[in-house]
Amino acid sequence: MKDEVQSPEERSAGLKGLGCSRKRVEDVRFTQGRGNYVDDIKLDGMLTGDFVRSPYAHARILSINTEAALAVPGVLAVLTAKDLEPLGLHWMPTLAGDKQMVLADGKVLFQGQEVAYVVATDRYAAADGVAAVEVDYEDLPVVTDPFKAMDPDAPVLREDLAGQTEGAHGPRRHHNHIFTWEQGDKAATEAVLAEADVVAEEMVYYHRTHPMPLETCGCVASMDKVTGKLTLWGTFQAPHAVRTVASLISGIAEHNIRVISPDIGGGFGNKVGVYPGYVCSIVASIVTGKPVKWVESRMDNLMSTAFARDYWMQGKIAATKEGKITGLWCHTTADHGGFDACADPTKFPAGFMNICTGSYDIPVAYLAVDGVYTNKAPGGVAYRCSFRVTEAAYFIERMIEVLAIRLNMDAAELRRINFIRKDQFPYQSALGWEYDSGDYHTAWEKALNAVGYDVLRREQAERLEAFKRGETRKLIGIGLTHFTEIVGAGPVKNCDILGLGMFDSCEIRIHPTGSAIARLGTISQGQGHATTFAQIIASEIGIPADDITLEEGDTDTAPYGLGTYGSRSTPVAGAATAMAARKIRAKAQMIAAYLLEVHDDDVEFEVDRFVVKGAPERFKTMKEIAFASYNQAIPGVEPGLEAVSYYDPPNMTYPFGAYICVMEIDVDTGEHEVRSFYALDDCGTRINPMIIEGQVHGGATEGYAIAMGQEIAYDEMGNHKTATLMDFFVPTAWETPHYTTDFTVTPSPHHPIGAKGVGESPNVGSVPCFSNAVHDAFRPFGLVQSHMPHDHWRIWKIAEDLGLHV
Amino acid sequence: MIPAGFEYHRPADLASAVGLLQEHGEEARVVAGGHSLIPMMKLRMAELGHLVDLQAIGELKGIEIADGTAILGAMTTQHELIEHADLATAIPLLREAALQIADPQVRYLGTVGGNVANGDPGNDMPGLMQCLGARFELYGPAGTRQVAARDFYESAYFTARADDEILTKVTIPVPAAGTGYAYAKQKRKIGDYATAAAAVLVGTASASVAMTNLSDTPVWSEEAGMALANGDIEGCVAAMLAAIDPQEDMRGPIAFKKHVAAVILRRAIDSALSRRA
Repeated sequence: MKDEVQSPEERSAGLKGLGCSRKRVEDVRFTQGRGNYVDDIKLDGMLTGDFVRSPYAHARILSINTEAALAVPGVLAVLTAKDLEPLGLHWMPTLAGDKQMVLADGKVLFQGQEVAYVVATDRYAAADGVAAVEVDYEDLPVVTDPFKAMDPDAPVLREDLAGQTEGAHGPRRHHNHIFTWEQGDKAATEAVLAEADVVAEEMVYYHRTHPMPLETCGCVASMDKVTGKLTLWGTFQAPHAVRTVASLISGIAEHNIRVISPDIGGGFGNKVGVYPGYVCSIVASIVTGKPVKWVESRMDNLMSTAFARDYWMQGKIAATKEGKITGLWCHTTADHGGFDACADPTKFPAGFMNICTGSYDIPVAYLAVDGVYTNKAPGGVAYRCSFRVTEAAYFIERMIEVLAIRLNMDAAELRRINFIRKDQFPYQSALGWEYDSGDYHTAWEKALNAVGYDVLRREQAERLEAFKRGETRKLIGIGLTHFTEIVGAGPVKNCDILGLGMFDSCEIRIHPTGSAIARLGTISQGQGHATTFAQIIASEIGIPADDITLEEGDTDTAPYGLGTYGSRSTPVAGAATAMAARKIRAKAQMIAAYLLEVHDDDVEFEVDRFVVKGAPERFKTMKEIAFASYNQAIPGVEPGLEAVSYYDPPNMTYPFGAYICVMEIDVDTGEHEVRSFYALDDCGTRINPMIIEGQVHGGATEGYAIAMGQEIAYDEMGNHKTATLMDFFVPTAWETPHYTTDFTVTPSPHHPIGAKGVGESPNVGSVPCFSNAVHDAFRPFGLVQSHMPHDHWRIWKIAEDLGLHV
Repeated sequence: MIPAGFEYHRPADLASAVGLLQEHGEEARVVAGGHSLIPMMKLRMAELGHLVDLQAIGELKGIEIADGTAILGAMTTQHELIEHADLATAIPLLREAALQIADPQVRYLGTVGGNVANGDPGNDMPGLMQCLGARFELYGPAGTRQVAARDFYESAYFTARADDEILTKVTIPVPAAGTGYAYAKQKRKIGDYATAAAAVLVGTASASVAMTNLSDTPVWSEEAGMALANGDIEGCVAAMLAAIDPQEDMRGPIAFKKHVAAVILRRAIDSALSRRA
């Protein structure tokens, strides 16, 4: 046989397991236009739904006249809150313990809010119907500033909460206040601040932006009145949770609901929540007995489904005069819009913002977050980050720079002297986390050496002198970041969403001929799960990755899981995959021992087979074992070779990285050029280096967009100013920087294969890196803090305010 | 993002097209490449009963260069303009500007005629045509007439073209050999309109300067051109700054736009002077 002459190393390479840059199996269909997205679903008699949306940010609804709309050919129904009220569906719970209007109930709270739902035979008739609905509004005073929202005489936004002084996360102290979340030791932190050699204080604003996946949100609801079964296809990052929520909201028994997430064109947090479009489509399908499709337009997506960030972070950082950080204080004002529709674990209304001590050994810290209602779209989702980790990383990485300015220190050196040391792991942070593993100093030195940090600083100084002599109008900025993420939510003991513990799952079935199918509770939106999870199984049980089919997203077939967001797929479902594979391997060992007529303990696993210890010529391959499991009557062993694992992680994982950006900035036009961007990521064990590199490129490009131009902006009347791709910046290939990727490997000690997750690191790390580069360019002229996005006019404004245009 | 219903017409000749415009009056609009009109229809900001597509009208196509004049058929796409070697030699400024419009996909469909006729202050070609001293030919029920590009634009989306006229040709005098030229544009990203853009021609005794997206029409300043012809760069910039009237938008506040206008104009002038033979 051929494989008998192959060495173990050759056989191992043939599996395309862990560490292999295996090509993405998904790309065959994606690159040929053969993906199957929600909008590709076409069913017999399928209807289309579309929304009448509010042109006002805050208004009372005096009347809704649907007569003309119902007269439009093809329009079958127009749903309003009055129609949903008897079903109790005019409001729905949010994932954050708040509730949200499905259709405007007496008033609207943001521009673009869903007011009525038109059901028609096709999308053209639906759009005509939308245009024909007459809504009479009475405008109300608008609040878009979260600080003004907390003024005593600010307009009351949520009249439904009148008199409710207790919210989902504790007391509410004002009619526009949602919650206060406190972590750490306030008194001890304030004592340190009072006595410190140096305290740097700054307001760090992380502006509102939007995940903007290429594919917008949408669904197809199909109620079969004969079987009583509801099938719901949708762009769901958490299909199982959607099934449970749909059952709880609608009263349809959960076994009569099948939720399917087909191919998804990017999620980035935008597709975690439950939206009015899903509820209305289900109701419309029940009412009409026909399938109903709803797919957002780009403007709908940017205006109404979940935004991200919008955190005003007031910070104080204390240090000795030598630069050793002694304490960190942060008060955040969180603008949630009209409803608190964050997608966070229940006990974390501000997500994992308490990772804001970052990569640094900070002995004492205090964090308070106040959630506030404004007349903006609801949300506050984690845009390619684990629940508010990007905000936290931006905050601490700006505060480090601000402190470096105050101390007149090099920011790389300031980081170096404050990093948590390798020997301090597992590290207990002042705000309550146990960091699993890390080696920050090694990563930092590798990064600084790779970019030639000292040489860069000399070049920057020379450029500055040339600028001062009038020889150039361009400055150089060197942006530094060392971020620590917290991903893989999470341990069921403290992480749940709507009471659903945040475990995840994998079921593996080995076929008689030695190939396999695996199903997971997660759902890929472009991450390449079908490629990488097969690699985990390949290495664990010795079946080639190419012989393993991977399925996700169908709640009738996949085991229950909490879905894909927060970089949790690899830390949680990836662990479940390894554990399920190990159950199969354990059974395979018994079968092999039986076939080889030795004791179970006398065989050992080697790449793709069990070998009799000390007799390498005596072995059974996994292929042989698989077949035997289906045709041999083995005493005490059930037939078949299958396993399922539900994995409750013992801890989060803590990926980290060191990023360095070099940027040229034109002080006259505010234009910039990213000259180089170096990204070192440590995500523990690396499953597929090519996919990691792709993730870093994608996340860093999103980070580039956010830092350098992307925003969701409103005027004072609450009009949305960035609802098209003309004004909402998404980089093309032309604007996208070139990236250099690198890595170190510090495995997670508690994860079965040591992997930590990487999808979101580059967004978390790159935003402060780009922003710090801009700030660094102007540091010699006295700039301390300037808010993102650093688009042309805002960079020009920095230079203007510093007197550089004279 | 779904337009209201409309009738689609695809006439084969100009006379039929104008006939349709006469027949349907304000209800009808012509469409060339569609890159301005169709998005407006999808937003239902432009609602019309009859869309008259000019794609099938052969007489609107083609580029001719003869006797010191270049004549561009209105339905010439930006891509065809860019690819035309003789035109690039005769009027290199045209190609330089066209390459800075949108992206290749848009340029395959977007036309010169549509770009100049729509009256969108963000479009690049109107200012460029004013700089070049181009004339537009309009065909209507009363026959053909010519309007100078410098007289064509009245305010945003309002031009000298009557509703039942079709812009058919753009006639451009070929600049004298050795004329320096430049088109400089600052934009936020590929596909964006200009934050500020400047078209500059500078010969030995004459100059012409126009700017884009800094007012509700393109801005051609005779005074700025004369100053530059006299070698007075700062006078040129000052005259242009006096002529523009930018508005605040997501690209930035007015002070920023004025600052950038001056920077971009100086860059265009420097580049044009360096190319002058």
